Amino acid sequence: MSWRESSPLWQLVMSRIRLFLREPSAVFWVYGFPLLMLVALGTAFRDDPQERIMVDVVGSGNRETVLERLRRESRFQIATPADDGWRKRLQYGKTDLVVEADAATPVGYRLWEEPRRAESRLARYAVEAALNGPATSTPGPASGPEVRRLEGAGSRYIDFLLPGMIGMGLMGGGVWGVGFVLADMRVRKLLKLFIATPMRRGDFLASILISRVTFTVLDVVFLIAVGAWVFDVRCQGSYLELGLASLMGAACFAGIGLLIASRAQTIETVSGLMNLVLLPMWVFSGVFFSSERFPAAIQPVVNLLPLTALNQLLRGIMLEGASMFAFWPQLLLLAGYGVGTFFVALKIFRWR
Amino acid sequence: MSHAIVCRELVKHYPGKPPVEAVRGLDLEVREGECFGLLGPNGAGKTTTLEILEGLLDPTSGDVRILDREWRTHEQEIREAIGISLQETRFSDKLTVAETVRMFRSFYRAGMAPAEAVDVVSLEEKADAYVVQLSGGQRQRLAVACAIVGDPRLLFLDEPTTGLDPQSRRQLWDIVNSFRSSGRTVMLTTHAMDEAERLCDRVAIVDHGRVIALGTPSQLIGQIGGEHLIDFSLMETSQPLSEDQLQRLPSVRSAHANGGTYRLAVDKPHVALPALLACLQDEGRELSHLTTRHGTLEDVFLSLTGRRLTEDADVVA
Ligand SMILES: Nc1ncnc2c1ncn2[C@@H]1O[C@H](COP(=O)(O)OP(=O)(O)OP(=O)(O)O)[C@@H](O)[C@H]1O
Ligand SMILES: [Mg+2]
Repeated sequence: MSWRESSPLWQLVMSRIRLFLREPSAVFWVYGFPLLMLVALGTAFRDDPQERIMVDVVGSGNRETVLERLRRESRFQIATPADDGWRKRLQYGKTDLVVEADAATPVGYRLWEEPRRAESRLARYAVEAALNGPATSTPGPASGPEVRRLEGAGSRYIDFLLPGMIGMGLMGGGVWGVGFVLADMRVRKLLKLFIATPMRRGDFLASILISRVTFTVLDVVFLIAVGAWVFDVRCQGSYLELGLASLMGAACFAGIGLLIASRAQTIETVSGLMNLVLLPMWVFSGVFFSSERFPAAIQPVVNLLPLTALNQLLRGIMLEGASMFAFWPQLLLLAGYGVGTFFVALKIFRWR
Repeated sequence: MSHAIVCRELVKHYPGKPPVEAVRGLDLEVREGECFGLLGPNGAGKTTTLEILEGLLDPTSGDVRILDREWRTHEQEIREAIGISLQETRFSDKLTVAETVRMFRSFYRAGMAPAEAVDVVSLEEKADAYVVQLSGGQRQRLAVACAIVGDPRLLFLDEPTTGLDPQSRRQLWDIVNSFRSSGRTVMLTTHAMDEAERLCDRVAIVDHGRVIALGTPSQLIGQIGGEHLIDFSLMETSQPLSEDQLQRLPSVRSAHANGGTYRLAVDKPHVALPALLACLQDEGRELSHLTTRHGTLEDVFLSLTGRRLTEDADVVA
């Protein structure tokens, strides 16, 4: 017999991979669904259908003239942040364009745009038209205003969404791929039949983890590749750290999945437990919009959810180009959940 | 003679409201090389007993030795030497028969080639079919293939033929018979007495968690008195006969009357039958119906408990 035929670990891992690939609905939920979400949301939030243009006006000089001109048109929503915060606002898409009044420039102001965002371009044309329009007493110079671009990406919705989708995929994969699969094997009495053989339990658990890691890698690479090709999303930080952070998240949710499956004796029980874990995090952990939008009162709870931590970690790496270790509290939280659930699950796991 | 299985005073209580005493002091000795059957009605405690012997369930009290070893100290060794098919296992739907058997083979250090195990249970044609595409009988045979692929000395089968059509049952009997003819031990449960009679060297009849009869099928049938049974009934116009009267006939071991129908257990039908007919003639009674047949384990169970083993009476014939 070949080593592949006689290695229980190989046989168990291959069985898991075959079972996954042969189940079209599982493949859809793990790969197709996040992709659909990504494309749908990425496209839907590309344009602002209400024609509301958010403009920040900053700087000194003839700032009042600029403000007065822009206020004539109701489609402009004007903010005048006092400090240097406008760069961040532009980067995170809280404003579409920044007009920096500066007497030293030929036209008296400078525009900051985010070229990757269609809204920003549109805002620029609208603002230029408003500021140079017929109402202008001084004849506009032919050269037009100076336009600057914000360095660095990560300001569009899709940039914000992609790390959230990765986090959501890792959560679903861990909870479903470990929790549901194990409980299903218990319900089928397969788990019992396995331990009636000389199979080592360590091999069995390792096979579950190895197949999880395999799918995690595919999952993350797939989302990042689609994001890069279709939406030109780039990771500002290190791809290696992005990978490590993803594995960390996958391990954490695999532990949670194991705990969910550790006692459940019916599919209904495990489905209920899965929803109990998944639903709050879908809502509160900032997959589709920033979790900071929830009231301050519930922030401590929101920040203790593992998916919140994972999303913060992934966004830090992808959007801010931060080192993953700058997010050590999040790393610690994820590791705590992973290790804690794993050991509790092993202690109370029902093999029979 | 060495024993494949020995268990003493096995007791299993399931906690709950009310608690269930599934097994209440059960002793068994299964010899190496025999096919041993646990026969009993639903809920008798067969599966519970088997799972304790298989090391899958801890007994409340009692001792178990499998192949001269104890579960507590030699679990891995015993697991390498036994094969198990559970009462109900649903294998993963989307693995093929060959993949499933290959996976189980990888769990054992030694054993037969996976393809050979598939051959033994005659599933070659289905080797590349998904489990979900198999019939009930084919799934049972797959379970047996997974149980024998590690080349066990002792094979446990929990109701291997329940729910199968007669042809599939006979196929499984053949598999069990050829396994045993190579000198290995089989322990199975069933509630079909014809299966126990055809397949098992010895049978323990279990009821309410206890062994109520133990022996070879023919010993057990002999115990109820007479291996042959005569069932008859009289015309409605005839006066009933008394049991005493019938019992005095030559070669009759026992007689039961139940309404208008009678059952005699007899040693020699060629002696008892003419005597019975002569007696009826003398008394002026008229027969409406008479059959003779061999006694079965069903009759044993009936005479021991007053209940039928299975609800469907047609299995008796
Ligand atoms: N996990 C359990 N918890 C509580 N009671 C149980 C459990 N398993 C079995 N029982 C009870 O123990 C008794 C014996 O059950 P067991 O499964 O051993 O019967 P069986 O002889 O195999 O029956 P069948 O022919 O229906 O398979 C039954 O009354 C059953 O209800
Ligand atoms: Mg049973």
